[in-house]
Amino acid sequence: MDLYSLTPLDLGLAALLVLALGVVQLILGLGLFRTLAFNSVRMVLQLLLVGLILKAVFDAASLPWVMLIAFVMLGLAGYEVIARQKRPIRGWHGYGIGMAAMSATALIVTMLALTMVIETDPWYEPQYAIPLLGMILGNTMTGIGLALNNLTQTAWQSRKELEARLILGHSVKDTTAELRSDSMRAGLIPTLNMLAAAGVISLPGMMTGQILAGTPPIEAVKYQILIIFLITAATGFGSLVAVQLGAQRLFDERDRLRLDRLRSGR
Amino acid sequence: MLFEVKDLQGANVPPVSFALAAGQVLAVRGESGVGKSQMLRALADLSPHEGEIRLIGTEQQAMSAAEWRQQVVLVPAESGWWADRVAEHFATRPPATWWERLRLSAALWDAPVERLSSGERQRLAVLRALVLEPRVLLLDEPTANLDQGNARAMAALLLDYVEEHDAAAVWVSHNPDEIATQEHKRLEITAEGGVLHGPV
Repeated sequence: MDLYSLTPLDLGLAALLVLALGVVQLILGLGLFRTLAFNSVRMVLQLLLVGLILKAVFDAASLPWVMLIAFVMLGLAGYEVIARQKRPIRGWHGYGIGMAAMSATALIVTMLALTMVIETDPWYEPQYAIPLLGMILGNTMTGIGLALNNLTQTAWQSRKELEARLILGHSVKDTTAELRSDSMRAGLIPTLNMLAAAGVISLPGMMTGQILAGTPPIEAVKYQILIIFLITAATGFGSLVAVQLGAQRLFDERDRLRLDRLRSGR
Repeated sequence: MLFEVKDLQGANVPPVSFALAAGQVLAVRGESGVGKSQMLRALADLSPHEGEIRLIGTEQQAMSAAEWRQQVVLVPAESGWWADRVAEHFATRPPATWWERLRLSAALWDAPVERLSSGERQRLAVLRALVLEPRVLLLDEPTANLDQGNARAMAALLLDYVEEHDAAAVWVSHNPDEIATQEHKRLEITAEGGVLHGPV
């Protein structure tokens, strides 16, 4: 089965729907028109750029190129993790915690999947490596962003409760036990929703794409199951690492709660 | 000396020095915003600060933060409650006499925290500090939310604790009559620093 190719006109029609939404927003005075327009244009440019880059990388199919793309993706994801928090940890620590958690999980899970599960040849085969990393990284980034946002926001709001325990000589570990498990849960909620909804309420995007491109449904489903397991593992471990490192950074070597290490709210 | 403070200073703490012997209370006074509460936080090692603070000769930084805070216990003006029930906030159950002296009903032990009045919270916060048997109490207006009778009962309990346990207390108070001043010291804090009055 051939792919029905999309013309610019087709995409323009879809864009008209978003434009209509923007106009309705404008009429109702909801003030989201500019954000919506800006982000839509940004999305189109980003994806077109990625399409061009991917074409070049697929043609070259060399490890250095794949690595470079992976690190650029990781760097941007690290920035997004910070951008999604109301009171992120200040300075390089905040950036570093998100990056460390993502490289320790998304990168490793992707490499394991390529070398031991899919066994592409070569293992960095860009047609597999880059989309796989993209999907895992995208989900991990969301999870880590939510987990860290919950951690820093809750710590900010419950300063009195946290310090009440420190005052009575409780350890930082005991003091933050509930905070850490709640933040872990916050990071995993989208993944848990995905597990419950997969196939029944929502058809996952990758599977839909493969079916549209002519892959037999059962093959597409097998890949989707693999991806969901990888995403769940990467997001879970990623949130865990991020929350542990983040909680540590909230206290100094004298077990003082250091909310001055958080940026002021936006 | 039980508790020695030399050149304590911090971001919002004017320079302060004093020393307390067992059984002594230091009444702290000063305009609001001058850094009294911040000084207590530094003494409990809750915020970064400079200077030397010693408990029976041992420097604050020489012991773990948890160990220090179990012996030098802060009771802040506003108490924090992290669990649902009162009992979960206590290391051990306070003796019946303390409940009676503070006119607290023993039934509060199993009560949910959200049902406590502000005065009950304040009194229970003092009790959960006292059960740790601290050597030094850091009290931030411990009678502020209490009516006159309860305030007097609280002050009496705290003064008795200090005497009976050979402890000391740093007591921020707006009520000069609360703490008998003959045997105790007084610290007046201004933006320039603390000035000590009373017996050496």
